[in-house]
Amino acid sequence: MKDALLRVEDLDFVYDSDRGPVKVFESLSLEIDRGEFVAVLGHNGSGKSTLAKHFNAILLPAGGTVYVDGMSTADEELLYEIRRRVGMVFQNPDNQIVANIVEEDVAFGPENLGVPSAEIRERVNDALRTVGMYGYREHAPHRLSGGQKQRVAIAGILAMKPECIVLDEPTAMLDPTGREEVMRTISALNRESGVTIVLITHHMDEAARCARVVVMDSGKIIADGPPKSVFTEIELLRSVGLAVPQTVELAYSLRQKGFDLPLNCLDVEECAQAVSALFAGRKV
Amino acid sequence: MLRDITLGQYFPGHSPVHRMDPRTKILLTIGYIVVLFIAEGVAAYAAVLVFLGTAMVVSRINPKVAMKGMKPLIFVIVVTAILNLFYTQGDELFSFWIFTITKQGLVTAIFMVVRIILLITGTFLLTYTTSPILLTDGIERLLTPLKRIKVPAHELAMMMTIALRFIPTLIEETDKIMSAQKARGADFESGNIFQRAKALVPLLVPLFISAFRRADELAVAMECRCYRGGEGRTRLRVLRFSRVDAYGAAAFVLLVAAVVLFDLFGIGVIS
Ligand SMILES: Nc1ncnc2c1ncn2[C@@H]1O[C@H](COP(=O)(O)OP(=O)(O)OP(=O)(O)O)[C@@H](O)[C@H]1O
Ligand SMILES: [Mg+2]
Repeated sequence: MKDALLRVEDLDFVYDSDRGPVKVFESLSLEIDRGEFVAVLGHNGSGKSTLAKHFNAILLPAGGTVYVDGMSTADEELLYEIRRRVGMVFQNPDNQIVANIVEEDVAFGPENLGVPSAEIRERVNDALRTVGMYGYREHAPHRLSGGQKQRVAIAGILAMKPECIVLDEPTAMLDPTGREEVMRTISALNRESGVTIVLITHHMDEAARCARVVVMDSGKIIADGPPKSVFTEIELLRSVGLAVPQTVELAYSLRQKGFDLPLNCLDVEECAQAVSALFAGRKV
Repeated sequence: MLRDITLGQYFPGHSPVHRMDPRTKILLTIGYIVVLFIAEGVAAYAAVLVFLGTAMVVSRINPKVAMKGMKPLIFVIVVTAILNLFYTQGDELFSFWIFTITKQGLVTAIFMVVRIILLITGTFLLTYTTSPILLTDGIERLLTPLKRIKVPAHELAMMMTIALRFIPTLIEETDKIMSAQKARGADFESGNIFQRAKALVPLLVPLFISAFRRADELAVAMECRCYRGGEGRTRLRVLRFSRVDAYGAAAFVLLVAAVVLFDLFGIGVIS
């Protein structure tokens, strides 16, 4: 049971703003195991970013505890141990790249950790190869596309050899090509290197590619499970202002018209098969 | 239009000058400037010219490119030349209306122009052959001994790195905001200086707000990557002196010797 990589126990959190305190979480609990690929969904202001910032001690709990690999984030002594294990990628790739050469930026994390120079070089090369940006190692970041910048940012985290990467809407500012690049990179990381991924997103199709989906609404977790079961709760998702993947939407409308379609087809291929199976049975 | 601005442009390469340790290059550049100001006669200037010329050839920087860097400074050079030409007292060469040109004026003007050109070309050679990251690295290492008297060496270098990193981003953003304001009828190009300055306000306000937001996000991102100042930090690149540094230093010693000798014995000094 102690094995969970990220464990949130009865978390309370309040922002102090000029307009008085803003309560975000009350007694929130959540566990994420090693090697999981989790999407966190929720409409604006539901507390996704706030939760993400608790995973690497950028924010500290007002009540309850957040454990990373068994270490409490409230323990100041363990701050860098925690941040080394849980890397963060943010929405705007421009505002998280520090240096003016790709490889220098990727080296920033290991440099801060005091890794010896020869090993930094190795880690930088490995990380850049993993995200497919090795050929750009001597480029200036501002000349890269959004998707490429975001991959450089991911490489910068990878070079710290984290156990978990938390990505806060990493694709929100990217075009479809860039989004696909980033999604493919993180899926491969999870699959091949076993890195735990927590992906905060607004895109249903991205969430559908994860193994587990956590849905948040006003600081509470209202659904948690594999996408196939979460996305069939259409009324629940709609009630909190979230859309479902288009294929599920289609199946749902058809069901309401009396067609017997399964709700859990998450991609176009699956949906097409279900529809053709239905019509084949009816002999149109 | 704003995108054309380049600050301290760097031309990647692998020449011996490129390979020289940035610390050596920074120190040599400072030394070179000092030498330029103690050089007096034609002979001393010739020595400086030979030194710079050799460095240029060895660095394989295209002289045409180097000349281009001079363009924005032509105005300064011309003004300096004119001021020196007309305002130096001495033996009259010829005069018309209220202007008199003296022999001394002519000599000073020529020397001044040559000095400025040598100064600019020399310092540009440093930025042409040293990547910004190595330059800041070099400055940081050179300032490290001053940490004892509370000079924040690491912080200064970090600030320079971030500034260099964000200049293109902010320029791009300025361009975008300008286009957006122009689309709404803003006019940045006409009117007197006060009207133009006023037109810049709707440009600067969003720019500043965005810069602060960026700084905030960058700070969080840096913290996430375990940044905690210069303490205990290692570097990807290790700076190491090599043979080219010795050659550079030797050439510079020769230059100093030549210039001091020429000055002392007044060789090539025009009086
Ligand atoms: N720095 C802050 N000061 C005060 N209140 C804040 C602050 N940051 C967020 N909040 C509030 O906390 C709540 C949760 O915000 P959070 O940013 O975690 O939401 P989110 O789910 O990430 O939203 P989005 O989808 O817009 O990114 C919101 O009501 C928000 O207004
Ligand atoms: Mg958010």
